[in-house]
Amino acid sequence: MTGVATDAQLVARCRAGDQAAWNELVERFSRYVFAICTQAFRLPQSDAEDVFQEVFARVYQHLDRLRSDDAIRPWIAQLTRRLCIDRLRAGGREGPAEADDLEPAEIDATLEGLDDALTVRAGLEAIGQPCSEILDRFFGRDESYKTIGETLGMPAGTIASRISRCLGKLRAELEGRN
Amino acid sequence: MTGYDEERLAALLRLLPPAPDGWVRAAQELPQARAEISTLVARAGEDAAYRARLVADLEAALETEGIEAKPSIVAALRASLDAD
Repeated sequence: MTGVATDAQLVARCRAGDQAAWNELVERFSRYVFAICTQAFRLPQSDAEDVFQEVFARVYQHLDRLRSDDAIRPWIAQLTRRLCIDRLRAGGREGPAEADDLEPAEIDATLEGLDDALTVRAGLEAIGQPCSEILDRFFGRDESYKTIGETLGMPAGTIASRISRCLGKLRAELEGRN
Repeated sequence: MTGYDEERLAALLRLLPPAPDGWVRAAQELPQARAEISTLVARAGEDAAYRARLVADLEAALETEGIEAKPSIVAALRASLDAD
């Protein structure tokens, strides 16, 4: 386990005006917010971008109102969900409707999956380099063994075995948390 | 959550692809942008007519001030005005 800041530590530093902490917070939650907009609500890119920026603007604006620094994750999820619904409603694509009618039927299951995925990403941060980058490039960015090998200066023929070892390391990290 | 077999881990890692770089950068630049925005919000607090123009068309008001109306800036300005 490396010195990865917890969500609460990051929020506290952001509140103190630490730009590096804000950069890290955006980086940490950007995929999550993006996925809620585009996978859970299937917003088109332009709407998704507006919601994405609105989420982080509100997070920055209201960080001091967060009851518990640990609550940043469910707060961001809820905020993103609400802004996606607002966007669908404002777009008039669905006409005036209740929030329940605007949300895709499988929304809770989708959000649960994204939440699990975010937990795994936190584990990825914790296992450090080069494993976190290898796994992110292969699974998150869909890069080939060749591209990963060239980028990280490793023989392409060793990438598959490294991925397997890194998955084992990630698994141990996550199971150690439970 | 339990049961971290490799297949499940791989599926979960695939669920969160990166957001576009430009979106992330814009969100990271928010604190800097807010310095410019706070000037506009302060002026809006003192000048009702200016506030009305600002609220009516945020993008145009920003362009008039020489500030690029990026979605991140517009969103931050809107959040500030709502909170004001």
